Amino acid sequence: MSTIAEVTSSMAYRPAEAHPFRAADAEFLYLVPSGAIFRMEGLGKDVVELVRQRPMMRSDIVEYFSSRGYGLADIEETIDELDQAEVLTSGLSKPPAPVVPLQSFPLQRVVLNVTNQCNLACTYCYEYSADRIAQQDGKPKYMSADIAESAVEMLIKESAGREGLHVTFFGGETLLNFPVMRSTVEYATRRVAELGKRIEFSLTTNATLLTEEIVNFLSEYRIGVTVSIDGDQELNDKMRVFHDGRGSYNVIAPKIQNLLKKHRTNSIGARVTLTSQVSDVKKIYRHLTTELGFDSVGFSPATASPDRLYHIGAQKMDNILDSFAELAMEYRDYAVEGRQHGFTNVSDTLKELNSGVSKAYPCGAGVGLLGVGTAGDVSLCHRFVDAPVGKMGHVKNGGVDHEARGEFLATHHIGARYDCHTCWARPVCSGGCFHEAYIHYGKTSAANLHYCDWIRGWNDLCLQILGEISVRNPAFLERFEN
Amino acid sequence: MSRLNPVNKKARKVEQMIVAANGDVEALQKKSKANPGRIYYPMGCTLNFTPGWEIDNSGGTAGLCQPVERDLFDCYLGCGWPAQVPDHLNNAPDWTDKCAAATNDWRKVDIVFP
Repeated sequence: MSTIAEVTSSMAYRPAEAHPFRAADAEFLYLVPSGAIFRMEGLGKDVVELVRQRPMMRSDIVEYFSSRGYGLADIEETIDELDQAEVLTSGLSKPPAPVVPLQSFPLQRVVLNVTNQCNLACTYCYEYSADRIAQQDGKPKYMSADIAESAVEMLIKESAGREGLHVTFFGGETLLNFPVMRSTVEYATRRVAELGKRIEFSLTTNATLLTEEIVNFLSEYRIGVTVSIDGDQELNDKMRVFHDGRGSYNVIAPKIQNLLKKHRTNSIGARVTLTSQVSDVKKIYRHLTTELGFDSVGFSPATASPDRLYHIGAQKMDNILDSFAELAMEYRDYAVEGRQHGFTNVSDTLKELNSGVSKAYPCGAGVGLLGVGTAGDVSLCHRFVDAPVGKMGHVKNGGVDHEARGEFLATHHIGARYDCHTCWARPVCSGGCFHEAYIHYGKTSAANLHYCDWIRGWNDLCLQILGEISVRNPAFLERFEN
Repeated sequence: MSRLNPVNKKARKVEQMIVAANGDVEALQKKSKANPGRIYYPMGCTLNFTPGWEIDNSGGTAGLCQPVERDLFDCYLGCGWPAQVPDHLNNAPDWTDKCAAATNDWRKVDIVFP
């Protein structure tokens, strides 16, 4: 068998697809689409820089460096290593990787919309705003215990060999149907124990309906909590209002502080929705962590078509990215000192970059996760509950519709999002949220072009942070290793 | 690998893949992860290059260098034991020319067919 040197001596080398970045005075490469990150040094770095200027034949590369005093073996080995790591490419076409169609995938999580009712009227809510896609006519306002239990059975049935399962409770306002949530948690815990599996629970809530009884229950069953809140009273009450227009902050602040004090068996995170009027990321973070006591805060720009008043335009998105960057730098400073920081947008991104994911799909929707509506209709995820698209069956009539699921997965693979195929961020982005795509472009399979610049900007920033941590405090990265 | 420093898990996987593809058996040069402070003794290696130890760590020969003549080489070379190895004097004088140090170059001990 010929060596690499023999076969490629007649081919010109050029850099393979990658995104270079600098951090801590070092050069790094983020290889695409593998997601591998290398720090480049010495001869390896010099070879890549040379062929970046123009493609060169192997013999010319060897001659260039040997005339500068490098040993022959050193140069040859370096070229081989860079070739094998796919940092350089010699244009030798590899046989196309076989595409294995995703036939079935064991389910890991169901998201139960236990009610489609809510006691707040937050302006931007994708379930109630002018952008809503759920068709609630004829659907019950509250999920029955029977439907919820059928959903749990469906999860168990579809989970195959998976040992760890998860049920997320969602809404509307989830706690409006606390009785069903409670009975479902008890039911699922019992069933899963019978089968020797494990189960975890989580919920999202606006916190207005928290009571002592509920807090005790959350603590007893170790339920993870996400609280939707947008900042201090001024910022939160711009959008998060009761039906009479009254702000919700004064109601939820004491309840949140009580929850944080009493419920210690699982994480409690704040989720902030950003809009054109609510965008001061640092101020919001400061308030939620120091005044209210949250350990972790995640921020998300509201899903909105461009017609909405609260829609964040391109210029404002740039400002928000700067604002994110400022808070991310604080995360970086903490990380270098080995301290935890609660800006979860960074830690979530770092976890994926540290792992080196190369995602075929932007998220688990339809793959490991499915949503269930109040009537028992199964959907892609919670955002598609009772929507005209993304239908995936019914918990009682037929269970998961595997044909629809298979068809969805085949047509929504990153390979099918043609607009993405040369973007360096595709291993982590994979085209973005299906719901966002549907709202903006009318198709779940469309690439989310409206936030491409944001995604690249944000991931470039997080790569730099990862690079810097890897140089100045690599032990910090161990927390992302599991 | 000194020219590419892996930063994330994927890069470490790529590095392992390259090392495996190059067939670089690090074996006795590695430290044992399972037993820190001790030599990494992979399944299938005789620890000793002296005769009488021609078994692997499970007590058989299936895990030894193949063919077994490579394992017996040092019995002959180091101890002069007339094991079943090619005739170094007359018929296969070049048999071990490429093997300068048995611990590193044992793979280069030629197989000689009569």
